[in-house]
Amino acid sequence: MNLLRRTLGYGRARIGFVIIAVIVAMAVVGPWLAPHSPTQFVGAPYGAPTAKAWFGTDGLGRDVLTRFLWGGRSVLALSLGATVLGLGAGVIIGLAAAYARGWLDEVLMRLTDVALAFPQIVLVLLLVSTLGPQLWLIVLTVGLAHAPRVARVTRAAALEVVERDFIKSATALGESTWHILGAELLPNISSPLLVEFGLRLTYSIGIIAAVGFMGFGLQPPAADWGLMINENRIGLTIQPWPVLLPVIAIGLLTVGMNLFTDGIARASIGIDRGMER
Amino acid sequence: MTAAICVSGLRVTLDAAPFDIVDEVSFEMEAGEVVGLVGESGSGKTTVGLALLGHCRRGARIAQGSVRIDGEDLLRLSPGALRAKRGMIVAYVPQDPGTALNPALRVGEQIEEMLLVHLPRLDAAARRERMAEMLADVKLPPGAGTLRRYPHQLSGGQQQRIALAMAFACRPRLIVLDEPTTGLDVTTQAHVLETVRGLCAQHGVAALYVSHDLAVVAGLAHRVAVMYAGRIVEFGAAEKIFRQPRHPYTQRLLRAVPDPAGRHGIAGIAGHAPAPSARPPGCAFAPRCTLADDRCRHSFPPVTEPAPGQQVRCWHAGDAVAAVAEPARTAAASGPPLVAISHLVASYGPQRVLHDIGLDIAQGECVALVGESGSGKTTLARCIAGLHAQHAPPVQMRGRALAPSVRARHQADRRAIQYVFQNPYASLNPRRTIGESVARPLHVFFDLSAPEMRHRVGASLERVALSPSMAIRYPDQLSGGERQRVAVARALAAEPELLVCDEITSALDVSVQAAIIELLITLRREMGLAMLFVTHNLPLIRTIADRVAVMSAGRIVELGDTAAVFDAPQADYTRELLANTPEFAFAAEAVA
Repeated sequence: MNLLRRTLGYGRARIGFVIIAVIVAMAVVGPWLAPHSPTQFVGAPYGAPTAKAWFGTDGLGRDVLTRFLWGGRSVLALSLGATVLGLGAGVIIGLAAAYARGWLDEVLMRLTDVALAFPQIVLVLLLVSTLGPQLWLIVLTVGLAHAPRVARVTRAAALEVVERDFIKSATALGESTWHILGAELLPNISSPLLVEFGLRLTYSIGIIAAVGFMGFGLQPPAADWGLMINENRIGLTIQPWPVLLPVIAIGLLTVGMNLFTDGIARASIGIDRGMER
Repeated sequence: MTAAICVSGLRVTLDAAPFDIVDEVSFEMEAGEVVGLVGESGSGKTTVGLALLGHCRRGARIAQGSVRIDGEDLLRLSPGALRAKRGMIVAYVPQDPGTALNPALRVGEQIEEMLLVHLPRLDAAARRERMAEMLADVKLPPGAGTLRRYPHQLSGGQQQRIALAMAFACRPRLIVLDEPTTGLDVTTQAHVLETVRGLCAQHGVAALYVSHDLAVVAGLAHRVAVMYAGRIVEFGAAEKIFRQPRHPYTQRLLRAVPDPAGRHGIAGIAGHAPAPSARPPGCAFAPRCTLADDRCRHSFPPVTEPAPGQQVRCWHAGDAVAAVAEPARTAAASGPPLVAISHLVASYGPQRVLHDIGLDIAQGECVALVGESGSGKTTLARCIAGLHAQHAPPVQMRGRALAPSVRARHQADRRAIQYVFQNPYASLNPRRTIGESVARPLHVFFDLSAPEMRHRVGASLERVALSPSMAIRYPDQLSGGERQRVAVARALAAEPELLVCDEITSALDVSVQAAIIELLITLRREMGLAMLFVTHNLPLIRTIADRVAVMSAGRIVELGDTAAVFDAPQADYTRELLANTPEFAFAAEAVA
């Protein structure tokens, strides 16, 4: 809680927090506020904004605002799922490597090197295009694409802590490896991991939206921000809103997330120094 | 008579808060004189040292006062003029030469750089001559060999000599030495101190020697200033201060210093020095002083001069502090050894670091392991505790072989040997409360209910003289001494038979060190605990250990009863160690 309070002490972090809160709130409660059904035809295709449809209609004549309000949930939920998965796997690999050292460290780190050689989006597209557009598969692949990067950060942060005497002290007591990793090591690298979480979430949002845009995410007629951009890009010159709204939302979310993460990073530097003297 | 260096009314304050770190600091120094500035951590001694150079740490500033060198006030100079004086008129030798020297430049280039700045008129040949002279001054081998090295290719002692050479290069009027021997072994320390003493006398340079080590200052300084909570509380000739300390703090501080001759025990000072923000209205030492009365607590004592040249800031100047009863020592227990080691060999990878070690520790016995850094004493302690697995043959406990790695040992064996680490700032998990840390061994070794657990944690803290209410605090809210007590409490919670103490007082102030040692002596008596006490501090051993093992280069070179080893050392190495240990020549009489 102390960390959150200090983070919000930074103006940039407050701005980031407000942006995130507004967009997340919109995505969560949006479907209840939507004036129409997301699949209902309310006018002519690419209709201009009217009193009935504030942001006009899309290529099939559906209400843009409604589809926008419905379309955030999938992006946010899938991104969150992928990030949690990636962070969990990465942290376990990183902690194990840092604590074990020796051959296990070598093997794990060389494997992450191989995984890091592939750009994330290529890895995801490769798997999704061969195995079919399954939501669980998207979450899994985006998550696993994060894991080696998180593992690197975790290992680097943990290496310094592993050398400290309280870890040796726990070893001398005969504490289990799980206890040492989870209860002694992990809390001491929580701030860099929190920053990493924010960063990875930003990337997840980008990748998941991109996957949706390329048609491997949710399938029509579902409302999804990535899909909306794809479906309506042909009409961009006639009716820009169905593309602009999701683009602005994704952009703002990314910027907000970055500002907030930056605040955490700045606040936690001070805290960690204080802890160590 | 005007002194060469005259500091008056120096006051350093924080920018952010209205607290002064240092106030009313005034003293004088003659040319060629060494003045010792002693105090415990946080007393403001380094701040004073830096202020003499017209410098302050970030966030602090010199608010008042003057530093006159031959009549010229350094603090009134413009930044540019001050920069020109530094190195020429005033010079500084830092605590850690390893960080003060630029690792990317050869030491020769660094020395030359300084000559180029301050003595630009010298030509290349004259500079070379001057550098050779400087090396000779600090007793480093002359010639290009040393100058062509990088700092990391020199030992700590050699690095410190280079720093000394640079400080003395321009024959300044004043040199500030900030704990220059703290990181060095006793033998190296003795050589460096000798060099400092010689150079100051030879070139008429006044030196302010900042240190927490009273024994070093006693052997080096002509006059001594004792600092407490940002004020000089006593100032006078070294002999006077150490023979007849007037301020209660000085008296107590001297009692905290262990005596290598073993003529007196040690007594710590309870409590700790107040932070600048928490200083009491009256005398800052009053809360810890046994002589304190209402006047001390409410009004700030003025400086008095009870004897010519000796200044004291105390309402009770000269009153003797009552002697503290020494905790009785237990007689060395004899009997079958608890832990037995014979012909032990240990290595790090391919490199062998311990050779043919033989050592027994009886039940209830305290064995000290001494040696300089790199002698292998910590490795031996870790072999016993199972923290260094690469050793053979196995350590025996009660005739049974212990697995080399602590993970492979039986629970009962793990419980029987507990380890206390050197650095109390690293041995406690910063994200865990004190209570949780102390509870861990109880969780691992005993099956207790929650209320029982709370009770045992409280009892463990009380045993090391900490309040059970501290259990909810985090390590960063504790002082170094309190942290080390917590580490001892955690080790004792396991109810061990052997406590391995690895340099556990080396990161602490003398008064705190004395308190920890008192505690260990008491605990040993009450719990019948055997101890392996690893240290490089020889005088300390005399107060606590029954037997001593002296280590050098991975071997035990001498093993015997403490008194015998100290009074009639057999090995050459032991003799050398003892000879180089700075001794309190006149402290013992003052305390006795």
